[in-house]
Amino acid sequence: MSDTEQTPAVPAQAGAPAVEAVPDREPLLEVDNVTLRFGGVVALNNVDFTLYKGEILGLIGPNGAGKTTCFNAMTGIYQPTEGQIRFRGEKISGKKRHEITQLGMARTFQNIRLFPEMTALENVQVGADAHHKTSVISALFRLPRHRREEREGREKAERLLEFVGIRHRMHEFSRNLSYGEQRRLEIARALATDPVLLCLDEPAAGFNPAEKEELLQLIRQIRDTGVTVLLIEHDMRLVMGVTDRIVVLEFGKKIAEGLPAEVRDNPKVVAAYLGVPDNAA
Amino acid sequence: MTTVLERVRSGREAAGERWRGAPRWVRWVLLAAVIAFFYALPNKEFYQYLGPIPTPGANFTQVMFTVSIYVLLAVGLNIVVGFAGLLDLGYFGFFAVGAYTVAVLTSPSSNIKTLWPWLLVVPLAIALTMLSGVMLGTPTLRLRGDYLAIVTLGFAEMIRIAAVSSDFLKGQRGFNQIPHPPGKYADGKPFFGVLDARPYYWLVLTLIIMVVIGVRNLTHSRVGRAWISIREDEDAAQLMGVPTFKFKLWAFASGAAIAGLAGALFAGKQNFVNSQNFELLNSIIILAAVIFGGSGNIVGAIVGGGLVAYMIERFRGIELFGVELYEYRFLIFGLVLVIMMIFRPEGLIPNRRRAAEFKDRRKEVIVGE
Repeated sequence: MSDTEQTPAVPAQAGAPAVEAVPDREPLLEVDNVTLRFGGVVALNNVDFTLYKGEILGLIGPNGAGKTTCFNAMTGIYQPTEGQIRFRGEKISGKKRHEITQLGMARTFQNIRLFPEMTALENVQVGADAHHKTSVISALFRLPRHRREEREGREKAERLLEFVGIRHRMHEFSRNLSYGEQRRLEIARALATDPVLLCLDEPAAGFNPAEKEELLQLIRQIRDTGVTVLLIEHDMRLVMGVTDRIVVLEFGKKIAEGLPAEVRDNPKVVAAYLGVPDNAA
Repeated sequence: MTTVLERVRSGREAAGERWRGAPRWVRWVLLAAVIAFFYALPNKEFYQYLGPIPTPGANFTQVMFTVSIYVLLAVGLNIVVGFAGLLDLGYFGFFAVGAYTVAVLTSPSSNIKTLWPWLLVVPLAIALTMLSGVMLGTPTLRLRGDYLAIVTLGFAEMIRIAAVSSDFLKGQRGFNQIPHPPGKYADGKPFFGVLDARPYYWLVLTLIIMVVIGVRNLTHSRVGRAWISIREDEDAAQLMGVPTFKFKLWAFASGAAIAGLAGALFAGKQNFVNSQNFELLNSIIILAAVIFGGSGNIVGAIVGGGLVAYMIERFRGIELFGVELYEYRFLIFGLVLVIMMIFRPEGLIPNRRRAAEFKDRRKEVIVGE
């Protein structure tokens, strides 16, 4: 925590085209000394970092470092034992999961969790429904609000499927889509909730290099539309290529934070990834 | 064996394809024909030409009334089980709440003797049943899967035992002289009489059509998508902004309301309600009907509810080797279910999605071999 880098006003290098990252550094998500224990196991130990509006932050670490746990605490699945998480200035703990989504945080899952017996289009429509107000009564009698929201939701869903490149598959059941298409569909579904912050949990898992390159493009496009992105990944090359800043976790602790180049050269990070016997702490 | 099955299967799929591919007007005409057929069905002038369809051992119009009530219940339970994926084993309890509300508020043998007319009490019965659904759902819908099944099972038993033992609900003695629905012919004779079951059947049939239109509207909306997403993956649904608890409660309440309506219709027709009408077995039969027909599909639920209720009555009065087949109706029903689960686990008329899934699994198996 001593090595926390404070002012990455310098834009990210490593091929990221966007230069306008974090101009005013408005904090979007503050993870404030969060500790999470499961019985005797300390899954997160005093983790502390801030995510600023408009950036792509990478959350990396070796397997079992607590990346997904951190994610789950942020999206309201786990309640932190100590510390707190604030999103757009509001405390996350105590909020219901769908309220957090409505507040503007959306996520994808490490192991894909679509609605398998719904079409691709319907999957995205569920996301779009997050901000719809159609009640049971207005759906029952097909009142104007239902019709309007239904039309809007459908147009939005088609637009997003187009954006991630699987519009031609929209009437296919999501369980019948290929692995890569399913990953893209998850992103489209998450984007349909109009997020301010999009959390991607290992979106490139199982991708070949060409697919990874396409995904990088997609993530940059998403950022360019004004959405802040938090990316969990353990493929270092992918992370280096797209993120503005990186936070590194190991055994539930933050061991480094900074620009990609700094993190890459940080001896603790190298040790964590390569297993060099190094006790510098 | 398999080739025959395959052929039947592909034939059915072709029929489904043709139905979906047919022009709109063809579908409307066919639908109108089916509806007209069912309106005509309880007339003796019509059903006497239908060969083995009329039941030999029971008044066919009475049977058709029972069948229609089961269809209504299956449509309601299909919302809860088929769409929202909540295993409700006590659905008949809501039917009982509807029937008893009517009985208590209209019958002269009730303790409170309000003697209200039937038509006034029906909306009240639906509202009360919905309320009982919300009351049961609020604490229990936090449970998932098997746990929910056990609690709902307990609910139905509570209603039944309350009916048996509470003085207010009259137990076995029951409520008599429950008024019929209103309406008179020009000559002053009541439209809904004691002997002729046809008007009641027509009434239920009309209400089924209205309920089905309503349920269809719901399932083609945000509400239906929320229900299906909850069935598919409740956690993912929550994280995509679906207020899952609220929509599960709505599924429960809508299902309950339909059961309450069915209960009120039953009471208005039967004009007598006692605790023997509400055995646990009924809940199981309706659930079996929904699964038999194809859960998650409205047409499947209708066909399932209709066929199951009809088959049970069809055995009445048939003797085979000196045994009355009706005595063995549940044995036969059970056998049919088992065979069904082996050869067509997705139900008679499955949800398109389920069908696709099971077909895929077959392909996977073949590839695996």
